[in-house]
Amino acid sequence: MSMTGPLPGGPGAENPHEPGDDFAVTELSAQAVRLPLWRRKPLLIVGAVILAAYVVLAIVGPFVVDDPRATDPANFLQSPSADNLFGTDKFGRDVFARAVHATRLDISVGLIIAVSAMILGSVIGVVSGYFGGWVDETLMRFTDIILAFPGFVLALVLVAAIGNSTLNVTIAVTVAYIPYFIRLTRAQVLAERELEYVDGARLAGNGPWRIAFRHVMPNSLGPSFVQATLVAGWAILTVAGLAFLGVGIRPPTAEWGVMVAEGAPDIITGQWWTALFPGGMIVLAAMAFQFIGDELGAEEFV
Amino acid sequence: MLRYLGKRLLVSVATVLGIVIVVFFIVRVLPGDAALVRAGPYATEEKVEEIREAYGFSDPILVQFRDYMGSILRGDLGTSIRTNGSVTEELLERLPASLELAFYAVLLAALIGIPIGIVAAARKGTWVDAGARVFAVLGSSMALFWLGLLLLYFLFYRLRWFPGPIDRLAIGTEPPGTITGFYTIDAALRGQFGVMIEAFHYLALPVLTLGLVLAAPILKMVRASMIDALESEHVRTARAVGVPGRQVLFRDGFRNALLPVTTAIGIVFGYMLGGNIIVEFLFAWPGVGRYAYSAIQVNDLEALQGFVIMVGVLYLTLNVVIDVVYAWIDPRIRLGKKVQA
Repeated sequence: MSMTGPLPGGPGAENPHEPGDDFAVTELSAQAVRLPLWRRKPLLIVGAVILAAYVVLAIVGPFVVDDPRATDPANFLQSPSADNLFGTDKFGRDVFARAVHATRLDISVGLIIAVSAMILGSVIGVVSGYFGGWVDETLMRFTDIILAFPGFVLALVLVAAIGNSTLNVTIAVTVAYIPYFIRLTRAQVLAERELEYVDGARLAGNGPWRIAFRHVMPNSLGPSFVQATLVAGWAILTVAGLAFLGVGIRPPTAEWGVMVAEGAPDIITGQWWTALFPGGMIVLAAMAFQFIGDELGAEEFV
Repeated sequence: MLRYLGKRLLVSVATVLGIVIVVFFIVRVLPGDAALVRAGPYATEEKVEEIREAYGFSDPILVQFRDYMGSILRGDLGTSIRTNGSVTEELLERLPASLELAFYAVLLAALIGIPIGIVAAARKGTWVDAGARVFAVLGSSMALFWLGLLLLYFLFYRLRWFPGPIDRLAIGTEPPGTITGFYTIDAALRGQFGVMIEAFHYLALPVLTLGLVLAAPILKMVRASMIDALESEHVRTARAVGVPGRQVLFRDGFRNALLPVTTAIGIVFGYMLGGNIIVEFLFAWPGVGRYAYSAIQVNDLEALQGFVIMVGVLYLTLNVVIDVVYAWIDPRIRLGKKVQA
């Protein structure tokens, strides 16, 4: 039977440390540190490259491709060609142009949701964790309730109630993801507030709010930042999934989920390109965020 | 044990109450004019007024809340605007279809996730492990509708291995008489093996879509807890005294990893209980998810509200069951001691 994986006292420990090398570096990872980043975390690089491509596409794309709304009824449901890289849909619109235009909307909505959920969730998490008591108790019971719904279902019913619009979808999906950040930050704060620097800050005469937000919060955000990369990917999936069901962003907006919804009926008659190309862009974007989050060590919530 | 049970139940009842209140807030208070939202954008003034009267939306909000709570406690989830039928009855009618889909999807996910997870843990750091990790990441970032469409295109349109999105059975096939509500099992029990095979054929694509995606979290959980178990001291001791590798892997490794794995499967199943709206819509599966989809299309918020409450309660119930089973198996939990899960 073979022992696999690096072990403490294994090959890494035989190499003598260089001075200053031992700062926060265990013997276990001393060897790993000398490898280039792409060897240690290949998926991080892959994810970052894909994401960078999306960002460039979101910024530059709309200036380069054709009008996403231009119809050409004579030229409908054409398979991919040099003229129409992703083919045309049932109205003769260029699927490539629409998919590129959608990039800006989908990527920014995903990022906005992740960042807003992180900010709101962290603030609530800090209050809950630092102050404790009945505030904490109330907030935790509330997050329990929200977490009892699958996030997708919660966002769905919220949009159904407050009405279809891109803004409402953004709000609804943000609300669904806030509890995860509350939990994450709270757990972090609970450990953090026991540390000596907090006592120090208190002795120096800082008030509780100042300690909570100026001292404890910045030190508790690490895991949330990592989590936010995963949430950005999931948010893109959720928004597209809602649009696929006809909730939220609506046709004729060029949005990936809307495009998949419009193209889905074509699949069973063999015109795969109208739905599979925009759908593939969704999955690839979500994958890029997932790669990055995974390599940064995000905690998975099943 | 009884104390633990009592406490757990009390918290759950409070959470169910919370779910019901939150849903009330979302579907009655948030929309501003509840009747207007339900009537839709093209309704006449009379229609809106009619709905307002029929559903008591002109009553003060607290009176509405009292009536709402009253009917929910009686198990009455309201009347659908779309069909005029009882939401409770309509949901219960469709639940077996969703449960059958969920059951096979989770089964497939476990059959994929568990073996791959074990192998990945046993061969940690090798290319097998790397491959498993890529599969897990792909699963976590997969859009169900995209995978479903992909499978429809290849396995239905191209290869004709499986039927297209129609229903649980072909048009014209008489469903087997209800015993369990699962067509595959009912057909087998009644000896209609042709119908059973047909039911499996219609299940195949939605089950494959969900199973492949749900395998990812199970795989991750199996791998992580297997690694924990394999790196523990008792495994090291077992290896040191010369217990054969395979025996260590299954007797000392997998058996200890089984608890967290059961939990993961339970949670995934809980997620599926509400029916998956996207997959049921895509494959025209007549379950509760598709019911919710139809409700959304016409702003039938009563039906949607019933669906959401049902999902929340089922999900919570399952979690309680898992917790209790877990506590029963592992005394450290009910005694309130921390364990590494």
